[in-house]
Amino acid sequence: MAPSPARTGSTRTRARGTRSTPPAAGAEVLADLHRRMVRIRRFEEAAGRLMEAGSIPGFLHLYVGQEAVAAGVIAHLSERDQITSTHRGHGHLVAKGGDLARMYAELFGRATGYCRGKGGSMHVCDLALGMLGANGIVGGGVPIAVGAGFADWYRGEGNVSVAFFGDGASNIGSFHEAANMAAALKLPVVLVCENNLYGEFTPQARHQAIRDVAARAGAYGMPGEVVDGMDAVAVWQAAGSAIARARAGEGPSMLEAKTYRYYDHQGVSGLRISYRSDEEVEEWKARDAIAAIEVRMMEGGVATREQVEAVHDEIRAEIDAAIALAEAAPFPTPDDLLDDVYTEPSR
Amino acid sequence: MSTTLEVPTDPVTARELPYLTAVNEALAQSMRADPDVFVAGEDIAAYGGVFGTHRGLLEEFGARRVVDTPISEAAIIGLATGAAVCGLRPVVDIMFMDFLGVAMDQIANQAAKLKYMFGGEATLPMTVTTWAGAGLSAAAQHSQSLEAWLCHVPGLKVAMPATPYDAKGLLVAAIRDDNPTFVVGNKLLLGATGPVPEELYEVPLGVARTARDGDALTIVALGRMVPEALAAAERMAADGIEVAVLDPRTLSPLDVDTIVSSVRATNRVLVVHEAVRFGGFGAEIAAQVQEHAFDHLDAPVARVGAPFAPVPFSPALEREYVPDSARIEAAARELVTRRLPGA
Ligand SMILES: Cc1ncc(C[n+]2csc(CCOP(=O)(O)OP(=O)(O)O)c2C)c(N)n1
Ligand SMILES: [Mg+2]
Repeated sequence: MAPSPARTGSTRTRARGTRSTPPAAGAEVLADLHRRMVRIRRFEEAAGRLMEAGSIPGFLHLYVGQEAVAAGVIAHLSERDQITSTHRGHGHLVAKGGDLARMYAELFGRATGYCRGKGGSMHVCDLALGMLGANGIVGGGVPIAVGAGFADWYRGEGNVSVAFFGDGASNIGSFHEAANMAAALKLPVVLVCENNLYGEFTPQARHQAIRDVAARAGAYGMPGEVVDGMDAVAVWQAAGSAIARARAGEGPSMLEAKTYRYYDHQGVSGLRISYRSDEEVEEWKARDAIAAIEVRMMEGGVATREQVEAVHDEIRAEIDAAIALAEAAPFPTPDDLLDDVYTEPSR
Repeated sequence: MSTTLEVPTDPVTARELPYLTAVNEALAQSMRADPDVFVAGEDIAAYGGVFGTHRGLLEEFGARRVVDTPISEAAIIGLATGAAVCGLRPVVDIMFMDFLGVAMDQIANQAAKLKYMFGGEATLPMTVTTWAGAGLSAAAQHSQSLEAWLCHVPGLKVAMPATPYDAKGLLVAAIRDDNPTFVVGNKLLLGATGPVPEELYEVPLGVARTARDGDALTIVALGRMVPEALAAAERMAADGIEVAVLDPRTLSPLDVDTIVSSVRATNRVLVVHEAVRFGGFGAEIAAQVQEHAFDHLDAPVARVGAPFAPVPFSPALEREYVPDSARIEAAARELVTRRLPGA
């Protein structure tokens, strides 16, 4: 079910204007996208292992396979630009420069975590970095990105907001209300659908009667574009134009990245019934975004194999250090329980 | 539906089943008994429900009667409402009770009120199954017990089964009932086992169960707090303090008479629920008790519930948050020592 190259980009529904050809990704961009993706991959692979080992309570929705989307979009954003995320939110925070030790600490439920142990995997956030939170409610973040986009518009400083959401989330009312409002108010918002072909265990064909979520953009009067979500450069290029459009005050856009999650909906393994074939999983893994960009970097002569491997080693060390720091962190105490319900101190 | 299904088997001698299987059996048997019953919800057909409640239904009843929906809670409740008005008997699932928030207009302004607003013209024989409860580190948006939201809306019925026997019987009763009825299960109870008769039977809505007799104190416990209250009562019995434990089973309509007559006998009452204490359903029970049994009370009505905070993620905090048998026991022991002034 991998999208054929011919299909990708087929639903450009640009409302108006023409766009110049996207800029080519130079060596620096490739290195940046690569590093962001490897950081996400390594973070998530380790999180999966730690969950299997019993260090992470609750739910864990891994982002592995979808790295090109977070990397390609977020590479255009500064910390003054806001994003909202989903239950599958680690990748967005890592790509935005999240502190890995604070992320692991949160996953472990420690007091030093991003949410002081109150949120866990599904609620990691970093407001200083412009990451307004993962979200436990499907579609819950999309209207919030519209509000953040409103604040950007209100202040007029050229910042933008990006909502990440899944194919499944594109069926919930909050998505539709938010898309319409963003367009009606012409807000600097980019709606990024990560279409990994499933909402939990239900394939897209059984949860909506369209192939391209981006086709919905036209109904709200905004441009929509489909991009190959396994190609970080393609995502980077498409996101670049949508974000530039928002920054220029021309209103919201929708971008749909066709992508795939390698692990189960939740956790690492533990499939009770098989809802997708091994062949399908392998077909997508064969198009792995990290492997692809590495080939591109090496064939383009912008990096040697040794340099690519050095990035992995460096990030592996960073991950190990972050885990060690998080593992040494204390748990919250009962005294913390009532803090943060309101702004007023609880004691 | 007019006739009530009797229980043909003595429940004590019935086979043991997990709560999960009891729910599944209620769905399957109700579907066999009535061709107008269908089930719908997210991942309930091909996957059998994320908790396994709907396993095997698609295979037996086919895709017309076992429907996977998009992630669209408002439309799921609307689907049930519209289909029920048109004479079907929908049983729809909202995976986590927290997601009721997404569907609240359809629940509270539409399904609950259509009959009344239409002067009685419409009938809505619809059931909503949903899954509440903390204790799984599922954090603030996947752990809540929101039964009080539903009980505050006239037109809805709300059941909260605590045992496999009641899970099956109350769900069957809800499906056969002609009003919008919520059956609020608890995720941590799904593995609990107990006797469940094989036949299709109803536990009538609005009838409380005495889970344990006692004379020193009445504990009224909801949902998963019933087994916790029973554990506390067992420990107190070892010290010769016999505590009665009542399970209302249905919160709306509430069996006030059973609660009041127990309190009249024990003169003390402790109300326990997993939901946030402030504004929780326990406040209604406390108010009913003082309205109907004030002169019989030897101590103020006491309540155990969660503190006034969202459900925290970290096990270190969630442990402190969720009421348990130790907290119930402490409150119960305190209550039995209370003496009236001058007594
Ligand atoms: C309102 C709501 N309904 C249902 C769920 C349960 N749920 C969690 S993730 C998920 C699937 C989401 O699918 P999609 O948006 O495609 O994201 P993906 O998991 O594929 O990344 C569902 C149904 C939820 N969290 N919130
Ligand atoms: Mg998806």
